[in-house]
Amino acid sequence: MTMIFGVPLMVFMGQLMLGLINGAFYALLSLGLAVIFGLLKIINFAHGAMYMLGAFAALLGLQYLGLNYWAALLVVPLVVGGLGMLIERFILRRIAHLDHLYGLLLTFGLALIFEGSLTNFFGVSGSSYPTPEALQGGVNLGFMFLPIYRGWVLIAALAVCLVTWFIIERTRLGAYLRAGTENPALMQAFGVNVPQLITLTYGFGVALAAFAGVLAAPLYPVSPTMGSSLLIVVFAVVVIGGMGSIIGAVITGLVMGLIEGLTKVYYPEAANTVIFVVMVVVLMLRPAGLFGKEA
Amino acid sequence: MTFNRKILASSIAVAAATLMATGAQAEMSDDAVRIGYLADMSGTYRDLAGPGGLEALQMAIEDFGGEVNGAPIEVLSADDRNSADVGANTVREWFDTKNVDLVSGLVASSVAIAATKVVEENNGLAIVSGSAASSITNEHCAPTHIHWVYDTYPMANATAKAVVDQGGDSWFLLTADYAFGHAMEKDVTEVVEESGGTVVDSVRHPFPTTDFSSYILQAQGSGAKVVGLANAGGDTVNAIKTASQFGLTQSGQQLAGLIVFLNDIYAMGLEATQGLLLTTGWYWNMDEESREWAERYYERVGSMPGMVHAGIYSSATHYLNTVEEIGSDDPEAVRAAMAEKPIDDFFSRNGRIREDGRMVHDMYLVQVNAPEDATHDWDLYEVLSTIPAEQAYRPLSESQCDLVNN
Repeated sequence: MTMIFGVPLMVFMGQLMLGLINGAFYALLSLGLAVIFGLLKIINFAHGAMYMLGAFAALLGLQYLGLNYWAALLVVPLVVGGLGMLIERFILRRIAHLDHLYGLLLTFGLALIFEGSLTNFFGVSGSSYPTPEALQGGVNLGFMFLPIYRGWVLIAALAVCLVTWFIIERTRLGAYLRAGTENPALMQAFGVNVPQLITLTYGFGVALAAFAGVLAAPLYPVSPTMGSSLLIVVFAVVVIGGMGSIIGAVITGLVMGLIEGLTKVYYPEAANTVIFVVMVVVLMLRPAGLFGKEA
Repeated sequence: MTFNRKILASSIAVAAATLMATGAQAEMSDDAVRIGYLADMSGTYRDLAGPGGLEALQMAIEDFGGEVNGAPIEVLSADDRNSADVGANTVREWFDTKNVDLVSGLVASSVAIAATKVVEENNGLAIVSGSAASSITNEHCAPTHIHWVYDTYPMANATAKAVVDQGGDSWFLLTADYAFGHAMEKDVTEVVEESGGTVVDSVRHPFPTTDFSSYILQAQGSGAKVVGLANAGGDTVNAIKTASQFGLTQSGQQLAGLIVFLNDIYAMGLEATQGLLLTTGWYWNMDEESREWAERYYERVGSMPGMVHAGIYSSATHYLNTVEEIGSDDPEAVRAAMAEKPIDDFFSRNGRIREDGRMVHDMYLVQVNAPEDATHDWDLYEVLSTIPAEQAYRPLSESQCDLVNN
């Protein structure tokens, strides 16, 4: 059997596949963060909580309203995104003129409030969300048994990343958005409603997190703390990619998934730290991140 | 520490209907018996004991009548937030300013070890119900605490032995990469080898880990018949869920959970956990007596009790009975009298408190039901066999406890 650094080729391929799937997850979450930071300069510490709310909304929707998985994929990001818009309009906007640090603290506080209140009602063990029937089972790829649902996650996450990139970089709306954050006064003068644009953008970033939450619900226990553990990793991905770089967040997310996946085979003890080691190295060599523009 | 005090002050609850004390007897230390309940009320281990355990304690006091020898029974509670510092400081304050007679609850092993040290310094009494570490009555044993519900020894040993006996003689271990996981890995390896099996490989994963897919893939590639989970809590839950998604059991491998609780199984659902073998100190549906208590608990809390909840009730009841009998709440006298009586109630069968402070009682090897066999939401286990009290726990002959004459 062909071996790669002492690991059979088949196992190696399987691990690459898993790394890619996790990477797609990181990409989706860091994309939302990157959109919010890049365009609004808000360090959104509530992003993990929004991801968690997405998963919870899917679970509660299923239990109490009979909302199925496919409907949840559409409805939940809209609802949670709407909540995000309310947060931006009534809370974040009041501190928009202050230092970034205040936004960070405020969103962190909000995250704690969401987590704490849900813990009070649901405990921390979490509940399981059934895998939708059409995506149950798995396929034998020859080198591994791939659960169909994980394959779906990879495709769905990449598709959403691509669409988001396209909207922001290639459409007129995206151009307004980028211009509005670059020079709000000038855009106002052209008759564009910049505050509304900002609210929508924040809502969109939050909706991306909620979408990731719905995707995650059948994979991991739906619990109030599911977001906080992921958030730090996702922040590291954004920092490595370059704060605010959309394409950087997506590519870095995928690459970090792969690096983490290989670490789990060759030196599993370091699997939780490897991303931060990469972050330190990148910050030392390229402080603006791999895809960031030097300030 | 003002923050702590605030929590404390606000969480002091007077137990039960306040039957008026008709003058305390001279032997009682002051005008009341005070029980301090210390547990993780909001973090990882909340559902294991937490608010449900406090409710179980309240039930024990209400069932007892709310007073003992004319003195009212009061309950104080605090959230240790899984911090050994917070736990130890809380207990110290309880002794210094609140005249607490018994410390109950105690979940995370690190908190329990720190808190019982403070109890020992103050010559108090503690009953540990939620913790797993068998060291609490081994190298950390003291005459001032009792370990009630379970510990790592029967959980790991009984399960591993049963699995090997059923033909699962080659193991792959998934180990949490910290002290508890390493200790567990060592114990299990010993048992597996003694029973005639082998551990073919193991992988140490960081604590905590959410995504286990890579490790499960490695386990599948190992060719071992059994995948043993030397981890706990969220890690066990995530590992089992992932194993189910990757068809681990369908492809002929078997999972063995070494520290798994009822609330974990409920959270994962039967689809993912069916067939899992595990050891428990009690199961709510194991007989009529247990069911009756569990249903009363369910009405108050809204979920079925696990072994820790039942153990908190059982230990508090045994404590109060003893205080009433000897007419004193002096910790040393109560501790001695508690050990003289056998403990047989809905929770504990053939129970007794050994000189190292270990309350040994019958343990049960159970298997998780298949979804089609479950008649309702909480119909989770089938009891396969009873492990007699005297065989379940680490024998005194292997004890490193100073209280044992070896």
